[in-house]
Amino acid sequence: MRTTSRTAALAAATITTLTLAACTGPEPENTASTTPAEEATTVTVVTHDSFNVPDEVLASFEAESGLQVEFVAPGDAGTLVNQLVLTKDAPLGDVVYGIDNTFATRAVNEGVLAPYTSSAAAAEDAAAYAVPGAEDVLTAIDFSDVCLNYDLTYFESAGVPAPTSLTDLTDPAYAGLVSVTNPATSSPGLAFLLATIGELGDDWAQWWADMTANGLRVTASWSDTYYTDFSAPNYGGDYPIVLSYASSPPYEVIDGEPTTASMLDGCFRQVEYAGVLEGAEHPEAAQQVVDWMLSDDFQAGLPENMYVYPVSSSVEVPAEWAAFAPLAEEPASVDPAEIDTRRDEWIDAWTTIVLG
Amino acid sequence: MTSRAATVRTRRSALSLLRWWAVAAAPLVFLGLFFLFPVGSVLARGLLEDADAGAALAVLAEPRTRSAIATTLGLALAGTLGSLALGLPAAWALGRFAWRGRALMRAALTTPFVLPTIVVAAAFSALFSRSGVLGSWGLDQTPAAIVLALVFFNVSVVVRIVGGAWESLPPGRALAARTLGASRARAFAEVTLPSLAPALASAAAVVFLFCTTSFALVLILGGSRVNTIETEIYIQVNQFLDLRAASVLALVQVVIVAAALAISARAGRARGLTSSVGRLRAPRPLERWGVAGALLPAVLLLLAPLTALVERSLRVSGGHGFAHYAALFTTPERGVLPVAVWQAAVNSLVTAAVAMLIAGVVALFVMSLIARRSRRGALLEAIAMLPLGVSAVVVGLGLLLTLNRSVLGIDLRASWWLVPIAQAIVALPLMLRMLVPAARAIEPRLRDAAATLGAPPWRVALHVDAALLRPTAAASLAFAFAIALGEFGATAFVARPDRPTLTTAIARLLSRPGPENVGLAFAASVMLALIVASVMLISERWRRFEGSGL
Repeated sequence: MRTTSRTAALAAATITTLTLAACTGPEPENTASTTPAEEATTVTVVTHDSFNVPDEVLASFEAESGLQVEFVAPGDAGTLVNQLVLTKDAPLGDVVYGIDNTFATRAVNEGVLAPYTSSAAAAEDAAAYAVPGAEDVLTAIDFSDVCLNYDLTYFESAGVPAPTSLTDLTDPAYAGLVSVTNPATSSPGLAFLLATIGELGDDWAQWWADMTANGLRVTASWSDTYYTDFSAPNYGGDYPIVLSYASSPPYEVIDGEPTTASMLDGCFRQVEYAGVLEGAEHPEAAQQVVDWMLSDDFQAGLPENMYVYPVSSSVEVPAEWAAFAPLAEEPASVDPAEIDTRRDEWIDAWTTIVLG
Repeated sequence: MTSRAATVRTRRSALSLLRWWAVAAAPLVFLGLFFLFPVGSVLARGLLEDADAGAALAVLAEPRTRSAIATTLGLALAGTLGSLALGLPAAWALGRFAWRGRALMRAALTTPFVLPTIVVAAAFSALFSRSGVLGSWGLDQTPAAIVLALVFFNVSVVVRIVGGAWESLPPGRALAARTLGASRARAFAEVTLPSLAPALASAAAVVFLFCTTSFALVLILGGSRVNTIETEIYIQVNQFLDLRAASVLALVQVVIVAAALAISARAGRARGLTSSVGRLRAPRPLERWGVAGALLPAVLLLLAPLTALVERSLRVSGGHGFAHYAALFTTPERGVLPVAVWQAAVNSLVTAAVAMLIAGVVALFVMSLIARRSRRGALLEAIAMLPLGVSAVVVGLGLLLTLNRSVLGIDLRASWWLVPIAQAIVALPLMLRMLVPAARAIEPRLRDAAATLGAPPWRVALHVDAALLRPTAAASLAFAFAIALGEFGATAFVARPDRPTLTTAIARLLSRPGPENVGLAFAASVMLALIVASVMLISERWRRFEGSGL
């Protein structure tokens, strides 16, 4: 009893403090956004945790549009669509950036997105990457090719040539050289599984079985495969062929010389889209954000800030990308609608074949 | 007469019950709003929307689920035993003797606990890889590698909780037993060990629960070949969007938490132990060897991955150098991060301080309510301990589902406050595990004596309870601060991309190619480790200073 009476007063004090604390944020802009007197509309962009835009690009958009932009990023790229689906009754924001073509159809079918077709100058370029049947809700912003990368220095002295196709890799000469990621836990892993399905058709399952017999290594995430396993001079791991992106080699240039390259056969083109969210509080502001993402200002910064290629043909990619990051000429293609209906089944089959 | 006395007594106990619940309201509202409600809404959605008991049970019957449950329990058991095996000797060496460097050693041994999992897992992977230092052990992507890493993380829990209790054991008792002719072993088994039982049980329960929820570690070191309940939940939520399966698995976790806590409560009944900070003595020559030998395994396990981590942070093209450390102070040229790493560190420190205060206040409430055992106290304790055993994926998802609209008139959407709140929830169970045994160990006679001598209740609280608890409270606050600094699982869901903390910055750096990114990530991890170690070291000084007054 003594203890309780002592703490009762404390309890009251603390509840008050906590409530007060919860009501007043430490940042002035927080209180500003809830004050009705404030004129600027705050538009909320839902994205993934790799999103990055230079301050000056954002500031000039805010100044031009009179909007205030806030970002929420409740996880990585792979989980974005699922989170939008789960919160569609009370959307997390007004506009989404970062839905990719491996999950696009799920977002469309679940009714997460509201129609909007941008009339920005680059919209025509973007249309080339549209998801069939979802042209009116998703606007392509950027893309990247998920490809196997290999260590140039290893193949200079290994006595085997660098691989040029997926089927090369089942040769015993490449036994124990390849590290990829699990499609159930990693988004490039899923993209690469789709690449094998698009490239090899019904033989994809056999290819993975052969690869498993040939000492294929599987890790949980891209950083394990790339940073821990890759034998490239910058990392010194044990595997000269790893799953990454066509845009990775420029980052491995040492003294002007590339040390890695992409194998441009068996790539999957991962396209990222933006779209207005159904039930958005500020749909018009959301549309302005989509247009902004197609602007030259935003598009030109994509390679440096998010390591992806812009869809717009009116901006140039950095010189080192032009030199060391060629795109796949014919990336594997799988119909997005088929991806949506068979994704889970493919992942299950892959798990049985590869992880047993 | 007697009946009147009885009425007074009843009225009094009704009043005290009312007071109890009034005080309990604060922690219950906090946990209810930020933990039970979010987690409950995930479960409700998974199990009640098109409710189908058959389908839910079918999840349990799947071989995949059963093997995940078995693997979880097996790994957790092995991890707990391993942590006790390495941690107990270390706790003895640190809790029994005073020697130069002891504070530093305690701080160092606590550091791993709060290091970001993805970085430590990367360091371990490098050790076990084909060409790694321990490559010949053949542990790559095996459960054994996971167990070693679990022990690495959790030895510190044993050292903290058991070492602290050992320190406060009055040395007189074991000495008396020895004087009365008991052998060293018998004195240990019959006097020391039973006195340590509450702390041991507490430590074992915490470590076990931690092991069952370690997630990134299992995923990375198991190469996604080893499946536990936690990795299953992650895959069901993030890949298959199957909330029913995830909810069933989350309920299994709750059952495991409850069972672990019940077993630990039974094993750890306190035995009226006097809490006193005895003067530790220097080890005798022979004992020095014992101290060294007791610490060696834990130190080796600590050093191997930490060395790999430091080496990695120093690796620059064509050799080693401090370039990545210099880069901590500039905004990355390529836009991986919107701010320099040191600014992320400042964000982390501020958030962690707020999280520590929130957790501290809530812990104080809960502790005062459950220090005296009661049925309702046990319920409150169980609720406060739950966050330890519930998947961060479920908690994060729950926060997302519930706090994306305003709750009770408070709009926390995209609010900075969610980050320290999430961290406080994670830190709370650990604070309680340190505070409650200490509070229960206070001899009630001390309070009675003070009261008999005329001290009013507040003086009793101040001069007995507060004075005796101060060292433990200081240590547990420091621990909460460090946990908040290193927290990633829940933080990742609520942190804002434009204001990264150290751990979210590290995760982002590791998601982009380029040696400068990975180098910076490792340098940032070393920085985090140093910050944590310093916090622990400061808390050691504090402890000694405060303790000396007793």
